[in-house]
Amino acid sequence: MTDSNTNNTQEWAPPAVRMHGIVKKFPGVVANDGVDFEAMAGEVHALLGENGAGKSTLSNILTGLYRPDAGTIELDGRAVSFGSPREALDSGIGMVHQHFRLVESFTVAENVVLGDSDAGAILNSAKIVERVEELSKRYNLAVDPRARVWQLSVGEQQRVEILKVLYRGAKVLILDEPTAVLTPQEAESLFVTLRAMVAEGRTVIFISHKLDEVMAVSDRVTVLRGGKSVGTIGTAGSSTRDLARLMVGREVVFNRVERESHGSNRRTVLTVTGLTALDDRGNKALDNVALTVGEGEIVGVAGVSGNGQRELAETISGMRPFSSGTITVEERGVGAGKVRSAITAGIAHVPEDRLHTGLAASLSVESNLILKSYRTKPTSRFSVLRRRVIRDNATTLVEQYDVKTPDTNTPVRLLSGGNVQKVLLAREFSAGPKVLVAASPTRGLDVGAIENVRVRLVEAADKGVGVLLISEDLEELLSLSDRIVVMYEGRIVGSLPAAEATREKLGLLMGGITEGAQS
Amino acid sequence: MKAPFRLERRLSQPKSLNWMVPLLSVVGALIIGAIVLMLTGKNPLSTYHRIISVAFSSRDGISSSINSATPLAFTGLCAAITFRTGIINIGGEGQFFMGAVGAAWAALALDGQPRTFVIIAMILMAMLFGGIYAAIAGVLKARFNTNEIITTLMLNYMAGIFLDYLIFDSKSYWRDPKSAGFPTGKMLNTKNFWPQLKILGFTLPLGFVLAIITAGVLWFMYSRTRFGYEMGVISDSPKAARYSGIRIRTKIIVVMAIAGAIAGFGGASDVGDFRHVLDAKGLQLAGYGYTGIVVAALARYNPISAIFVAVVIGGLTNAGYALQGPNFPSGLVGTLQGLILFTAVAGEVLTRYRIRMRNNQAEVAA
Repeated sequence: MTDSNTNNTQEWAPPAVRMHGIVKKFPGVVANDGVDFEAMAGEVHALLGENGAGKSTLSNILTGLYRPDAGTIELDGRAVSFGSPREALDSGIGMVHQHFRLVESFTVAENVVLGDSDAGAILNSAKIVERVEELSKRYNLAVDPRARVWQLSVGEQQRVEILKVLYRGAKVLILDEPTAVLTPQEAESLFVTLRAMVAEGRTVIFISHKLDEVMAVSDRVTVLRGGKSVGTIGTAGSSTRDLARLMVGREVVFNRVERESHGSNRRTVLTVTGLTALDDRGNKALDNVALTVGEGEIVGVAGVSGNGQRELAETISGMRPFSSGTITVEERGVGAGKVRSAITAGIAHVPEDRLHTGLAASLSVESNLILKSYRTKPTSRFSVLRRRVIRDNATTLVEQYDVKTPDTNTPVRLLSGGNVQKVLLAREFSAGPKVLVAASPTRGLDVGAIENVRVRLVEAADKGVGVLLISEDLEELLSLSDRIVVMYEGRIVGSLPAAEATREKLGLLMGGITEGAQS
Repeated sequence: MKAPFRLERRLSQPKSLNWMVPLLSVVGALIIGAIVLMLTGKNPLSTYHRIISVAFSSRDGISSSINSATPLAFTGLCAAITFRTGIINIGGEGQFFMGAVGAAWAALALDGQPRTFVIIAMILMAMLFGGIYAAIAGVLKARFNTNEIITTLMLNYMAGIFLDYLIFDSKSYWRDPKSAGFPTGKMLNTKNFWPQLKILGFTLPLGFVLAIITAGVLWFMYSRTRFGYEMGVISDSPKAARYSGIRIRTKIIVVMAIAGAIAGFGGASDVGDFRHVLDAKGLQLAGYGYTGIVVAALARYNPISAIFVAVVIGGLTNAGYALQGPNFPSGLVGTLQGLILFTAVAGEVLTRYRIRMRNNQAEVAA
């Protein structure tokens, strides 16, 4: 792991990247709060942390997308300040984004030179192709420069992104969650590429939350938590357990919400067995998922985002077809990809994207409140909507759920985030569901609104609704759930009673480490 | 250097915009048109005076404006109901042709039956032809996600070629075998001509009255029924539609079929009210389908407004034909129509955004 360092005197040279005391505030959030970060030439340096720890903000500052509110950046001991990503690129900092920025109808070579101001007005394609071929051979980045991007697999597209930054002569490469979209084999091949790059004295900053990978590929790790850098350690002398502890922090005492006890013999309301489904790109998002939710039980689903939680919510609520498995609500099966069958079975769904999936933003509050009941009596009769009933329903729910709105004809997009969520919850709860699937129901809300949503969830459970709560907020899961299951790469890798769950155990499971985590 | 003003998104759209936009568009177009007229050495005021006096100042003038408006009302409604669902149906033209084919067939085949029966059969057959024709594009969009702008446009040309084939290139049922030199379609029996209605001294074609009824039905459908509600959800957010269990694909096909049926209805009126024959060349020269798109855009996709806009555009067209001569260039009406559409599109921007002058303080804040 240290061969590149022993050959020469790099240890004595100033670090390739040195960021000191970086502060970046957004309205209501301090994303980076005095972060220190150093990476040497010739090392793979991982940046590890939970969602919202400040990894993306830090890399966006380094690539010139954001300007820090305070703090300094030095490259090879020279102070720099970037006004734009182009300036950062000119200084040799290149970023490989998680979501690719490629022109699908262009060839690989065309994409590589796209935006390169040195390319000139007339492209010498033969020369470009030759240069791209040379780069791809040198770094084990197998891809045909003449192929069009839409023909490529996700892994190959990522190689094009890497070639793009290498072509511009980047000395520091930042890769944001590069393995999130890759198969294990592709990830292996990526690691070979990364080693080849650092062997030439480049620096690779590897952003990840997967502990295994961080251990496998990086020389040193800097851990961010809550916008602060909590430590930098070498991977050589440490374990995944150390990393997990650093990542999630010390044990915190939570205020568990007082709940009526239903005892251990709950009636099961939702049963999911062997569920397998694909994501939007056609990759496997759910892999043989099985879980049950009892009457009045809150089951929390933990996991780093992108490990199948969103797809799980969509599949159970009928929005996403599944290729195998069953979904049953009290003996009643839900058809694959059949929303109406899920609605009639009694599944309510609070989707992640509340304003454009859970609601139709430009329609009025009263129209949105009938989004799931408009087909049935008393909202409509003989296909004609009954305006009086719709208005009365809206007036009642607005009052009952304390929705702050000028009137029931106001488009929901004009309401605040907390009130938008209230409209959605009012509609879903008023249908009298048996099961509620809630995906990140408090994300982006302010403290008061978060409290309100949590109280509603607990109320629903107390009335006997089985709640499946998907959240990235471990504190929320620990304080609300009766039981927590952890998803990793589309599978459920652990299930713990909330009383036995700790941040450390959950952190290990979320990073894909199953040994020793389950009690 | 930044522009001294910027566009700011409106939080809500006042209701008054529904009539302000078309009105101001027409006024704006007249002003720009006046400049064009002055540049060509014409007096804009007297030209506009002549147009208005021909089109809208007498009962007869208004009646003939309404005649010109009738086909536009149907094609305008056809475009409006698809546009408001977010489907860009350019195919009113071809759907209108197919409707005319269906109506002419019914009228010729049922000759001798009671007139009311023949008229109803013409309408139903026309709606069926237009609806199925439009549904082709709907199915392609729903199944294969093809761009409906392109498919409907192509289907327009195909329908034109089909008309030519029926009248000029074959011995079809529609072609009059007795037409010697220039081939024409078979004339309808005069007993099957659609009646004209006299209301308040105006002579109205039956088709116009039916267009008004159609507009009323569509308005009700869109504002009061489950179907209209679903359409509203789909056009606002397809994701929300899927979330609530609306079958988007089916609805796209149904909307296209309804739109096509309405354009086809217009084709029936063309045969029954006006031409009394399947007029292959005349239909293709008229371009009702394309003008209907202008009507729909000006009416901001509201079916009731579409009727009024159709009368205004119909009046302009009508006056253009009546006044054509050395003192009145034939391209003028077309230019005016183009300007009206142009200003209407610009006006659309103002319905969603408002203009804010920049002041220094805002500059600092930005």
